[in-house]
Amino acid sequence: MNATWSRFNITSIVLGFAFLYLPIVLLIVFSFNESKLVTVWGGFSTKWYVSLFHNQGLMDATWVTARVGLISATVATVLGTLAALTLTRYTRFKGRVLFSGMVFAPLVMPEVITGLSLLLLFVAVGLDRGFLTVTLAHITLTMCFVAVVVQSRLMTFDRSLEEAAMDLGATPVKTFFQITLPVIMPAIVSGWMLAFTLSLDDLVIASFTSGPGATTLPMKIYSQVRLGVTPEINAACTILIAVVAMGVIIASLANKRREVQRQLDEQVAQRG
Amino acid sequence: MSSAAVTTSSASPASNAGKSIVARLGAAFVGRLVIIIPYVWLLFFFLIPFVIVFKISLSQTAIAIPPYTPALDFSGGISGFLAQLKQLSLDNYTWLTQDALYFNAYVTSVIIAAISTVLTLLVGYPIAYGMARAPATIRPTLLMLVILPFWTSFLIRVYAWIGILKPEGLLNQLLLATGVIHQPLIILNTYTAIFIGIVYSYLPFMVLPLYSALEKMDYSLIEAAKDLGCPPTSAFWKITFPLSLPGVIAGCLLVFIPAVGEFVIPDLLGGSQTLMIGKTLWNEFFANRDWPVSSAVAVILLLLLIVPIMLFQRAQARAQEMDR
Repeated sequence: MNATWSRFNITSIVLGFAFLYLPIVLLIVFSFNESKLVTVWGGFSTKWYVSLFHNQGLMDATWVTARVGLISATVATVLGTLAALTLTRYTRFKGRVLFSGMVFAPLVMPEVITGLSLLLLFVAVGLDRGFLTVTLAHITLTMCFVAVVVQSRLMTFDRSLEEAAMDLGATPVKTFFQITLPVIMPAIVSGWMLAFTLSLDDLVIASFTSGPGATTLPMKIYSQVRLGVTPEINAACTILIAVVAMGVIIASLANKRREVQRQLDEQVAQRG
Repeated sequence: MSSAAVTTSSASPASNAGKSIVARLGAAFVGRLVIIIPYVWLLFFFLIPFVIVFKISLSQTAIAIPPYTPALDFSGGISGFLAQLKQLSLDNYTWLTQDALYFNAYVTSVIIAAISTVLTLLVGYPIAYGMARAPATIRPTLLMLVILPFWTSFLIRVYAWIGILKPEGLLNQLLLATGVIHQPLIILNTYTAIFIGIVYSYLPFMVLPLYSALEKMDYSLIEAAKDLGCPPTSAFWKITFPLSLPGVIAGCLLVFIPAVGEFVIPDLLGGSQTLMIGKTLWNEFFANRDWPVSSAVAVILLLLLIVPIMLFQRAQARAQEMDR
């Protein structure tokens, strides 16, 4: 395989990754800029981070976003896992086509349509726009992403493990919690992470479904960007990137450790 | 295979026959719940909202809260419902056809999304191909590096380009300093900026399905073709590309469909001079506060995308079947 990894392949990967990462790197670099002009380097400074923490509006929005993200990601992970189980385990029931349609369509549906339709639903049922409506909207969007992530893990799941447990007398529910759940746990964790970051990230759906007092961080950043690009926004973005990057790294390390442990256990079990 | 899957999970297997009937009924009920909970949730929060959008697109704008006349509302009993039925109108749709702005916005959006999709494919294919042919040991790392930007905020990634593309931005500074150009290029607030924004933001969506198709490919086929005297380019078009076609289709749909209705990219990078339907809908809703017309815009947009969305679904279902 090595011999066929040509210079062309390497060049395209290097250029591609440079294209993907350079804008983010520049954004982070210029958040430490002394000058107020975002694109002219005026020396190193952390003053924008200091002023960020004195920006009450931004801090409030961060708090709202964090709560919406935590709640919606957790509920979405439960619902998404159920949806994934339905998609992989129940291959024949009435309305399965409609169900899989409702799981896959939100993945590509333009956000303006999802946002508008959810808002009109909330108005129709008389729900005041605010924290609750944003959370419900984010659950609906992100559960579909969770479902896809968990589903792909369930596809490669060895069903004989479950059959063995049930042959030994475990109930289906017990089998699920003791066998299936631990095995698909890494996928559930990454599904949760994905749901959390999607919620953290969403501007369009939040703008439609949010009300007074529930301004999320992307909405705040967006309204400031419209007024002009400032190093303070760069600083806010850098912190957001750092938080997410740390979460992803911790999750992947935890996954790796669990995977290694599982392989060791399997080896021990086979030898014993 | 599939019927076996149903028996083992929806009902207790025969070996459990000794269990009490209550336990078995309980298990069957839990099994039903697994379907019912997400099903009801999606029906209520995904499907019904579309019905409401359609309903409101047929109503009239009114200075009220909410800003539209009630339509198909059962609160007035059957007679009230029938009276409202007569008030329903296609006025909002007629309005969309009369103002050329909407038609242009739809057409421009589809064209921009289509060009961007092709550009993303051209940029993404070599990356995915390079990844698929990389030594197996570094492939997981490369995959991680493609997924990582997806975790950083979409808004932030689009915002980052403003600083690069501005007339006094970093790209112009670099090009002026190296003497490539003598006048700053005007890129921000043009369609070029939108293309760059879409290609950049959606690149991981293109690379991932392409990579998973290319990685499964059997490269001995290429070697066989070479041994038989086939030049590399025609080997690519005759073997590699057709085999990667499922990935190409999935990637293109993943980019094209959301790009048609994209709002953030045309708004931040396209400025006021560019026209796209996602932005039109947004302005109709937030600036003009015309809910019925924005609903009509959404309905037409959905009709426009229904075929690509169904193709996407079919592709997903087929991929699922292949993994089984």
